Amino acid sequence: MRLIKTILPSAASVLLAASPALAEGLPADPLGSPMWEYHAEKLFTGGPVVFDNRVKVILPVIAEDQHVVPVTVDARKLDGVKRIVVFADLNPIPVAIDYRPMDAAPFVATRIKLDQRTPVRAAVQLEDGSWHVAGDWIDAAGGGCSAPPLSRVRGDWADHLGEMRGAAWSDGNSTRLRFGFRHPMDTGLVENIPAYNIETVRVTDAEGREVASMDVYGSVAEDPAFTLVVDRDGPMEVAARDTSGLEFAGELSPASGKRLSSGQ
Amino acid sequence: MRLSRRTMFAGLGLAGVGLAGLAPALVYAEQFAGTYNPQAEEVADGIWMVRGADEPIAFANGGAIANTVIIATNDGTIVVDPGPSLSYGKAIRALAESVTGKPVIRVYITHLHPDHSFGAGAFDAGIVHALSATRHDLERDGEGFSDALFRVLADWMKGTTVVLPQGDVTAGKTVIGGRKLQLFALGGHSSGDLAILDEATGTLIGGDLVFHDRAPATPHANIDGWLSALDTLEGVPHKLVIPGHGPIDSGNVAIPQTRDWLSWLDSMLNEAVLSGMDMTEAGATEIPARFANIKVARYELQRSVSHFYPGLEAELLPMVGS
Repeated sequence: MRLIKTILPSAASVLLAASPALAEGLPADPLGSPMWEYHAEKLFTGGPVVFDNRVKVILPVIAEDQHVVPVTVDARKLDGVKRIVVFADLNPIPVAIDYRPMDAAPFVATRIKLDQRTPVRAAVQLEDGSWHVAGDWIDAAGGGCSAPPLSRVRGDWADHLGEMRGAAWSDGNSTRLRFGFRHPMDTGLVENIPAYNIETVRVTDAEGREVASMDVYGSVAEDPAFTLVVDRDGPMEVAARDTSGLEFAGELSPASGKRLSSGQ
Repeated sequence: MRLSRRTMFAGLGLAGVGLAGLAPALVYAEQFAGTYNPQAEEVADGIWMVRGADEPIAFANGGAIANTVIIATNDGTIVVDPGPSLSYGKAIRALAESVTGKPVIRVYITHLHPDHSFGAGAFDAGIVHALSATRHDLERDGEGFSDALFRVLADWMKGTTVVLPQGDVTAGKTVIGGRKLQLFALGGHSSGDLAILDEATGTLIGGDLVFHDRAPATPHANIDGWLSALDTLEGVPHKLVIPGHGPIDSGNVAIPQTRDWLSWLDSMLNEAVLSGMDMTEAGATEIPARFANIKVARYELQRSVSHFYPGLEAELLPMVGS
């Protein structure tokens, strides 16, 4: 960067001029990531950016399996959350999910693939447009995104495509939803296997009102699994669509979790 | 093991997370390996134990985390589990021959995991024996383990290649140089777990079926199978247990402790899935006070969540939709 600035001062100033607000307003990255500014300038439009420890990004102490790295984001200490973007700076597909908890708590858990040691972050946007960011480095061996998924190796991915499992645990006010789909979530980075992934997940209540929705990218783990907390009781319809236009849907009944917890 | 200046990096390597503020380059700044300096402690007549570090595999410990056993016989020396790398295997070979005064004539590999098996290259492949399941496991996973270990251990791994055991061990009694041994072909920690009893001293070498004050690792585990293997070992009369990881056990605590941890882990994971927790939440479950002295408990618990959770979800969460 220093070299470019020296040789091409005018070109650099043109680039900087393209996004004047961010170039000045972006806080220094506490994780020291080489990709912080690049991602920040692309993702954080519409408001100021702050690092905020009220956003909890919970990662395991070790990425034991770089194909399935659990990430939980809990931003329930913040009011007025409208979006949660989970991304890994050094992944070839950086963004994993872009979650909009409309009538749901600012809480989401899923599993992602990692292609190398990287920061994993959550960027939480509030209604005022501001972005609240937190995250941490996690070590990982290579190949999470560039090795074929297990179901491709076994060859049975199509036999179970879209099968959905899940349940709902209600406390009377809010309902915790856990669900997952059988899907290879191909990244497009494996030779001769084009990108093929679930790209949206929507949750609607019994009246058909949307309570939460999510954009999902190829860096989410094979057989993607999600945990959400919606501010509603009653049955919830979960519908996913993949990049081939296939739709997978199922209803999570409010009694399903209770049945599991009580061992029935 | 004496690791002096490297100990400041303890816990970084494989466990290298939570490093907010540290530039990534610093974590891997030290890429030159030191020299292994394994120490043998005589634990029974003609049997020495070489302690591994009760830690995760990390650059700081050179991967030397598993216990190695040296057994003297009239005809030569037996080594059980020669460690993680070629140079560790060589150090073990020199140590074994210096304490017994006789060349190594047999190497047993208790199971596939590289912290136990990758030192085999320091010996003539013809004397390296294991259960046939272990050879098959190494054929399948050896290269993957090798990549993973070279990544973390870098220069410590120099020259290390995957050496497949040439001799198949079968269960039963065998005599080597006057030493009467009983060999047990079990499984549960992996698909093939070898345990060895030295009849004269009553020393039971448990391999990774037995952990002691160090949390059990489960990357290839079948918990039900493991528990029944522990029942088998408990039924074998013995005075001492040399666990795969952790200190020697002369008080019959290591086998019950391993069983206790695995039973707790199994029911905790089932309960977590059934009560609607996700993986990071299950990984944060409080560890019971009775396990307070068990090293790397949180680390292994979170690894176990990774090993078992997706499978348990597929088994326990109901199918919904069409």
